[in-house]
Amino acid sequence: MAGPVSRRQVLIGGGLGASAIVAAAAGMAPIRFEAAAESEHVHDEKPRQWAMVIDLRKCDGCKKCTEACQAEHELPQSFEWIKVFQVQDKQGRMYNMPRPCFQCENAPCLKVCPVAATFRVKDGVVLVDQDKCIGCRMCMAACPYGARYFNYNEPPKPTHPFQHKATPEHPVPQQKGTVGKCMFCVHRTADGQLPACVEACGMEAIWLGDLVEDVATNGHETVRLSQFLTDNDAFRYKEDLGTAPRVYYIAGHGQLLDTV
Amino acid sequence: MDRLARARYVERAVWPIGRGDRNFWISVAILSLAVLAGVYAWIYQLRNGLGVTGLNQKVSWGFYIINCVFFIGISYGGAMTSAILRLTNAKWRAPLTRIAEATAVAALVVGAVYPIIDLGRPDRFLTIPLYAQVGSPIVWDLVAISTYIVASFVFLYLPLIPDFAVALAALGDRSRFLGPLYRSLSLGWRGTPAQEKALRRGVGIMAILIIPLAVSVHSVLALLFAVTARGGWHSTIFAPLFVLAAMLSGVAAVILVVGALRRVYGLQEFIAAKHFRYLSYLLVALGVGYLYFMVSEYVTEGYLLESTTTPVLEAIFTGAYAPAFWAFSVGGLIFPLILAVAPGRFPIGRACIASVLVVAGMWLKRFLIVVPGMAEPIMPWDWGRYSPTWVEITITIGSAAAIPLILIIFFRFFPVMSVHEMDEVESAEPNPQPRLQPAYVGGGDD
Repeated sequence: MAGPVSRRQVLIGGGLGASAIVAAAAGMAPIRFEAAAESEHVHDEKPRQWAMVIDLRKCDGCKKCTEACQAEHELPQSFEWIKVFQVQDKQGRMYNMPRPCFQCENAPCLKVCPVAATFRVKDGVVLVDQDKCIGCRMCMAACPYGARYFNYNEPPKPTHPFQHKATPEHPVPQQKGTVGKCMFCVHRTADGQLPACVEACGMEAIWLGDLVEDVATNGHETVRLSQFLTDNDAFRYKEDLGTAPRVYYIAGHGQLLDTV
Repeated sequence: MDRLARARYVERAVWPIGRGDRNFWISVAILSLAVLAGVYAWIYQLRNGLGVTGLNQKVSWGFYIINCVFFIGISYGGAMTSAILRLTNAKWRAPLTRIAEATAVAALVVGAVYPIIDLGRPDRFLTIPLYAQVGSPIVWDLVAISTYIVASFVFLYLPLIPDFAVALAALGDRSRFLGPLYRSLSLGWRGTPAQEKALRRGVGIMAILIIPLAVSVHSVLALLFAVTARGGWHSTIFAPLFVLAAMLSGVAAVILVVGALRRVYGLQEFIAAKHFRYLSYLLVALGVGYLYFMVSEYVTEGYLLESTTTPVLEAIFTGAYAPAFWAFSVGGLIFPLILAVAPGRFPIGRACIASVLVVAGMWLKRFLIVVPGMAEPIMPWDWGRYSPTWVEITITIGSAAAIPLILIIFFRFFPVMSVHEMDEVESAEPNPQPRLQPAYVGGGDD
């Protein structure tokens, strides 16, 4: 697609004088970042801090969340940005565990990226700039949750024509040769909509929360987030790694909390 | 020293220069074909994307990362062999240093291409310096590798300066075209005492410098794995383990190249059983060291049976990767080490066979680091799978063929054994005593 053209451009650019590009790029990068973050929170003084709560007592493993996510982001079948694992716990009972990106506060993927293509916006969501990603897949090696997906092939033809240019906040269509992942549908939350998976969940098992306002909703009910988490003994997956995930689980089928 | 022996030494050292016999062209043709096949596979991959490889969402690093670590490791061993022999002032080094240094450069050039082959967007490779994030191990790697490339080229070039004259004389009628090039490359070398002193100092500095450089390259290559939270990767011993692995595989590769070139170029008179015996000692010392590090790693990890490492260790020791692991540890480490030092006949042949096994074993070991670490169930319920496609296999074979190709072309233009080095070793004899034969000449067995 755009491969040969941009390759040539890069080579020509490198030949013309790297220093000029360095200066330009260094100047441009932060501006872009600020602009992206600002546009989402024009009406807010404090940015929201998105979090997610997944109620494992309710999840029946129907994978509606995965399907909705794939439809929303025009992803192929193998791209399960929110993936539903079927787990057998230590007592031999089965339960389902959906795994979105955990938007870790201490994100290993963010630290290892050589070109800072992975970055965090003000509301705490970790995004990928696919115009910058070089496709080294170091972030996939670093992510302890396997939440990142690499576009080995050309993404499928979009089912409806796109009205916008792909951005980190709305990375549709995906770019071949780069990494993508769940981004809490920040293009939807910016418009006051719930993420596609939350909306699609018939069991009302997925909640979107805001740590600043201390609320969470699954689209039907609204709760006080901190209370909800304490009352239900919520846990975070592989919390001991120190990644500080923003996704909480509520156990309840008797599964051990240390499912690791 | 014996003038006749020196004349024979020079004759053998320059023998391949400008010589285009049938065997040479047949070798060039076969190796080039393999390299071209690899290049074709790479172009195919560039056009179609990494989807043509066996890599997948779970195992997203495979042959390319293995090969990168493997070839740069070999390069490291070549440079270290030469540096160690120089620093310890081993008198028998003269016929070996050039081969070791050239092997280092050839393997490095090949290994350094792999990070680019592995990229999903190789067209953006040059943008890395623009956005470089200092905290990323990938950036550390690129800085370390590119510094090391410069250093190992200098390390090959410096001792070559006095030998350009020898090479030029050997070129014969071809010297008309290459003469000006050789003369400018030799930087006006006339062999004055001041020049000799400067060169000795320069080579000495490089021999010292190349060691921390090579250590740093391989340490940061190890950090690529060790800084992640994956079982089998997240280990404090990884950096030194990688450094030792690199030296081990590199010394084995040097033995192999020396053994092959000795036959091809007829250097038997100057590279004898003694040299293979000494190199074998080095090989065994490194091999035992590596074994010790490896056992330390597995014992520490295996005793506690942490949830992240246990599945990997099980897979390696008894599971799907067990055949590769036991083939490596017995057939690629323990057996060849015994084979190399056991007293008895055919020391050269045994050293070479042992080296083949060690080199193959070290490739397997890198496979055992990269692939199970990637395939392990980090979400504790799914194992990944990886089987390379023809693209990865062809590129791997092509890159392996590139090393001998670079070497035989290189030695067609430059002396295969350093003449100046030999003169220096001979003249630096502290207590000149009557000798039956020069120091560089190997005796029967020892």
